Amino acid sequence: MAETTLTHTSQLDRPEGWRGIAADWASDQRAFKNVSWGKAMMWIFLLSDTFIFGCFLLSYMTARMSTRVPWPNPSKVFALHIGGSEVPLILIAIMTFVLISSSGTMAMAVNFGYRRDRRKTAILMLLTAALGATFVGMQAFEWTKLITEGVRPWGNPWGAAQFGSCFFMITGFHGTHVTIGVIFLIIVARKVWRGDFDTGRPGFFTSRRGHYENVEIMGLYWHFVDLVWVFIFAFFYLW
Amino acid sequence: MAEATANGLGQQALHSSHDAATAAKSDTHQEHPIKLYLVVWVWLFLLSACSYLVDYFGLHGYLRWSLILIFMMLKAGLIVAVFMHMAWERLAMMYAIILPPILVLVFVMMMVFEADYTLLTRIAFFGPGP
Repeated sequence: MAETTLTHTSQLDRPEGWRGIAADWASDQRAFKNVSWGKAMMWIFLLSDTFIFGCFLLSYMTARMSTRVPWPNPSKVFALHIGGSEVPLILIAIMTFVLISSSGTMAMAVNFGYRRDRRKTAILMLLTAALGATFVGMQAFEWTKLITEGVRPWGNPWGAAQFGSCFFMITGFHGTHVTIGVIFLIIVARKVWRGDFDTGRPGFFTSRRGHYENVEIMGLYWHFVDLVWVFIFAFFYLW
Repeated sequence: MAEATANGLGQQALHSSHDAATAAKSDTHQEHPIKLYLVVWVWLFLLSACSYLVDYFGLHGYLRWSLILIFMMLKAGLIVAVFMHMAWERLAMMYAIILPPILVLVFVMMMVFEADYTLLTRIAFFGPGP
């Protein structure tokens, strides 16, 4: 029974370094000593999601390396006409800044959550959700623009046919993750606003009482979405 | 300290009354000064701007690729370490989460060989690209 009660001490009386890894993982005990089950499970989910996006980026690499036809230049494909001149990748750059800003507001929300400042936490989470929704909106604009220009999963006007399928697959899955994140941000923000984590109100699905750690777990997911975009930005748009 | 107490310490620590007392104020363990988040935020903006400028100035070849990878790894590191609080977790947690994705590089290496082979056969059968 004692195994399920959580210890959130910042200073555990346990060995550090390699000896600590061996001691934490050895024999029948919980490996993550000062991490709650919710946080550990979110990390493990994120790890599995890392493999999913890793496989997408890998298949994109394989498709791009193995085609004889030149790959379309993303710098030109994603350029916008602003004031008569072509600005390369400008929409993607703005999307990147929007997502990084949302990660910053999320980090602040987690911080204010642990300070039990309900108002600021909820407002910052809603701001994060708004920035996330902006990101999805800009992605929808980008998709529309490319589809009207003739990009399809099976071909495009500028070069290798695999460009379209890789683009729609990778950015589509990422956009889905952002959308789900926005929905959950709103749900958790509502709980914070209502004071669920102060009064210990049972959750609608698990009937378990939530803690302000839920905000941090939500934050882990949101930062992961930002993290994936860092890799997509580097490999798909800049490479 | 570690050698004598490593074995069985976990059980003792978990059952001790000290932990039961601290578990009550459980939500306080990942609190850091707001200034730290703001500094990291500014750095993420700067690094993103830098990686955008790589494309804006049209750098090419190994310079471009290495700069993209450096900025990418720095950004990813900052997000995971500070925003996701990984820097303050125990090593057992860090290795469990960070090591497996690094092993994906083996998969990358396999697919590089596979892609080279596919390209070779395509060129052999269809001739060089249009």
